Amino acid sequence: MTSKNKWLSTPYVLWSVMFIIIPLGMIFYYGLTDKSGAFTLENITAIATAEHAKALWLSLLLSLVSTLICFLLAYPLAMILSNMKVNQHSFIILIFILPMWMNFLLRTLAWQTLLEKNGVFNSILNLLHLPNINIINTPYAIILGMVYNFLPFMVLPLYDVLSKIDENVLDASRDLGAGSIYTFFRIILPLSVPGIISGITMVFVPALTTFVISTLLGGSKILLIGNVIEQEFTQASNWHLGSGLSIVLMIFIILNMIASAVFDKEGEGAML
Amino acid sequence: MEKELIQLVDISKSFDGQMVLDELNLNIHENEFVTLLGPSGCGKTTTLRILGGFTNPDTGRVIFDGTDITKIPPNKRQLNTVFQKYALFTHMTIAENIAFGLKIKKRSKSYIDDKIRYALKLVNLEDYGNRMPGSLSGGQQQRIAIARAIVNEPKVLLLDEPLGALDLKLRQEMQYELIRMKNELGITFVYVTHDQEEALTMSDTIVVMNQGYIQQIGSPESIYNEPENAFVADFIGDSNIIPATMIEDKLVNILGTRFACVDTGFGCNKPVDVVIRPEDVNLVAPDQGTIQGVVTHLIFKGVHYEMEVMAAGFEWLVHSTTLFPVGKEVGIQVDPFNIQIMNKPESEDEEAVAIDI
Repeated sequence: MTSKNKWLSTPYVLWSVMFIIIPLGMIFYYGLTDKSGAFTLENITAIATAEHAKALWLSLLLSLVSTLICFLLAYPLAMILSNMKVNQHSFIILIFILPMWMNFLLRTLAWQTLLEKNGVFNSILNLLHLPNINIINTPYAIILGMVYNFLPFMVLPLYDVLSKIDENVLDASRDLGAGSIYTFFRIILPLSVPGIISGITMVFVPALTTFVISTLLGGSKILLIGNVIEQEFTQASNWHLGSGLSIVLMIFIILNMIASAVFDKEGEGAML
Repeated sequence: MEKELIQLVDISKSFDGQMVLDELNLNIHENEFVTLLGPSGCGKTTTLRILGGFTNPDTGRVIFDGTDITKIPPNKRQLNTVFQKYALFTHMTIAENIAFGLKIKKRSKSYIDDKIRYALKLVNLEDYGNRMPGSLSGGQQQRIAIARAIVNEPKVLLLDEPLGALDLKLRQEMQYELIRMKNELGITFVYVTHDQEEALTMSDTIVVMNQGYIQQIGSPESIYNEPENAFVADFIGDSNIIPATMIEDKLVNILGTRFACVDTGFGCNKPVDVVIRPEDVNLVAPDQGTIQGVVTHLIFKGVHYEMEVMAAGFEWLVHSTTLFPVGKEVGIQVDPFNIQIMNKPESEDEEAVAIDI
């Protein structure tokens, strides 16, 4: 970009100052002060209290499990898609993206209705005289909600990176004596690492910070770190503690980003 | 001639209803440098992929060293391929790339290390073992691709337009490298290209292909000097292809003038095509020529002048080291042994492509 055109970025710079830089500054201000305005680390160290640590641990666990399930579902699908002809795969990708056009809240509410004790699933199961499923208000329902909502974010970067692998490279591997399994683990999997990292980041980060999915599908008993922070802001009106815990959460996200950057050193990441 | 190593028997292949190879038969001998030469879409790459096992023929058999390998997958074949765009494993070092096939064969570490050193020396990239493919130039990457293939000691090396992505100077250097490697290794090379100069430079045998058919098989000299049809004549180098009539043995009527030639057995008063290479057209004083014409174009090409001479209603392409200016009246004379007589194309395919070029 020439210096002449620099003014074109003004709207975005203004936007990011107002809605990214200033809010971030405010979070750090609130997070590092107490109610009298004096500097303190108490809001940060509050993560160590049993209740908060438990919420953080559960959040990490559930988002890791969801990310793993997403990966295991998405990788084979992305491989099949990348081997398809263009007109076929665009249809299947559309099916995957279609739900993303609907509001995220609505979709999660729909799951609530489906999974309720007297919800749609159980009504059908009753009709068929089959045992009910009672996963609503359990961590399983939260994982289901996370996987459902974030799966496309895993599929797309994987599909992107897999479809860019040169067919000749796979032929070369076979030519040199490798069978399909060897080719998969030595060629396809390593070459798709940028997409894997990208997909993991795009599922893990929103899953770690969500409070909507856990509120709607986890009931009031299961508190994730996102719920704790939300409650500090909305119910307890303790902005200082909420900000302090947000900073802790940010540290985990930044750690994830650093890990991505290290693995994705060639800059080929399929960030969407 | 050494013994036959590969036989392609009645190979046919079509993609989406489009016939690519039609009952192709080809024998390749041990230690031969065979080049499949033809325009894009002629079936040469498909033939190579069938040899490598990447494409299954619809009908026909591939015989390798006496065994039918038609149904054997590529990883079980004793051939290795060098791909057009190198197809190196970009996430591995050069040494790991070269070791790939040997590790699958579970060779010992010392054996693999020796082989890596030997292969890097062969392709003149001795100190590159620890580099990543991305940091190498195109020519270097292609040499690594060759090294990666040959360490497996294949009986046959398949090369799919390996020099296609390189610039002219590098391409010429690599041609000599390939000839040297072939002689050092003593294995069979099957080489695919659309570049006739490349084919003439390197091959023992050239297989000229067009539209799924083999047009001619022969040594570079015979392909160049004695093309069997207009397609081959036109595809291999510049040429004057002139419709003519064979009056009798050793006498041909070209554009209304009788020329002595050396070919026999075409019958009497039979329409034929004659091929005269531009360098075989001698420009002389008008009264000394068999026919007379006027120079219409002149280009300096370095080694020679390229001229066009309008004579008897035909534009003759002439290469000569002597300059004749535009507008000059000249005589045309051709030595009898430089007139190559060809049968008129009988199949539509041969005709169709002659126009394509």
